[in-house]
Amino acid sequence: MKAVKMMDNLYLNDFTRGIFKENPTFRLVLGMCPTLAITVLVKNGLGMGLAVVAVLACSNVVISSLRRFIPEQVRIPCYIVIIATFVTIIEMVLQAFIPALYDALGVFVPLIVVNCIILGRAEAFAGKQPVLRSLCDGIGSGLGFTLGLLLLSLVREIFGNGTLLAETNYAIQLFGPNFEPMRIFAQPAGAFIVLGLLLALTNIIFKRFQID
Amino acid sequence: MEKLISILFIYILVDNFVLQRFFGICPFLGVSRKMETAMGMGMAVVFVITLSTLVTWLIHYYILVPLGLEFLQLVTFILVIAGLVQLVEIFLRKASPTLYQGLGIYLPLITTNCAVLAVALLAVRQEFTLLESVVFGIAASLGFWMALVIMSGIRERLELTKVPGPLQGTAITLITAGILSLAFMGFRGMLTF
Repeated sequence: MKAVKMMDNLYLNDFTRGIFKENPTFRLVLGMCPTLAITVLVKNGLGMGLAVVAVLACSNVVISSLRRFIPEQVRIPCYIVIIATFVTIIEMVLQAFIPALYDALGVFVPLIVVNCIILGRAEAFAGKQPVLRSLCDGIGSGLGFTLGLLLLSLVREIFGNGTLLAETNYAIQLFGPNFEPMRIFAQPAGAFIVLGLLLALTNIIFKRFQID
Repeated sequence: MEKLISILFIYILVDNFVLQRFFGICPFLGVSRKMETAMGMGMAVVFVITLSTLVTWLIHYYILVPLGLEFLQLVTFILVIAGLVQLVEIFLRKASPTLYQGLGIYLPLITTNCAVLAVALLAVRQEFTLLESVVFGIAASLGFWMALVIMSGIRERLELTKVPGPLQGTAITLITAGILSLAFMGFRGMLTF
């Protein structure tokens, strides 16, 4: 009974670590390019986040199951080829089924290949740990990344566009007709500044609750 | 000729790869602490991007397109880039050990610098000719280098100032980058193709 519980904890720990303690966006500050670039609307942020979850889960599982066969010296090129394969698949799926999202994300869809989070998890975790734990870790880290994108895009969409979930079926106009959107939030400069402030905020929260 | 010059200036100033397009943010935040490493990283990136754009363009138009293998674009491009980075690493280790030490882990990380792959992919997507692609690569990497050097100059001064606790580290760097990006917005619309 106790053994079972410990097993559960192990997987749960792998899963939650990526979301809170080692959140890719706020704690590790990895994968900044898509984080800053495509978070103008919540829809894009969520789409990118889920695409990364899919790639990260698949690549972690494959890399972890091949970890005994990949030679130490050429592991990075091997990891990259595996990741690139899954990104190509995701790219084709998006292009075929959600073309609007594919157009909105633009070149950042193929650029998931060079998202440091994915290679980072492969190198730090999946290359050494068993398959199931790697899967939990992949999904957790991916969701942590999605959380970061979601928060940033929420702030930027609310202030920069005055809407919530624009370009979806659930679009809400938040302010009255006289609301003048603060365009700076939708601009590159706004992305940097909002993310900087969010980082400071998480620093305060983590310090207050002593999570480190 | 006119187009080449406008590509050069657009991607250095107007559409700066780091501050306006968000490519290569990780090394931008990671290596911009000291002017010296920023210079070294910038040079390495200029070299890798120019070379990789040339090679990937040739591979795309002379191997992938004739054979109908465009879906392998991503895998081939990233492999070419990884190989080139390895080459630069070997060269630097022999030629300039101090610079090699200074760049540390960031040199192999040029592989995952999204600016490199982005230039290769965008050159093909925007249907640039070979010469235009190379100029595009040079311009994008010079823009990256410039942003990196400006940022490292600011950060060297920032070290000496008192920054409020929670803002220390990456947070203040991001806000500084935001203000820099704001300044670069002044170039917007000055040049188009």
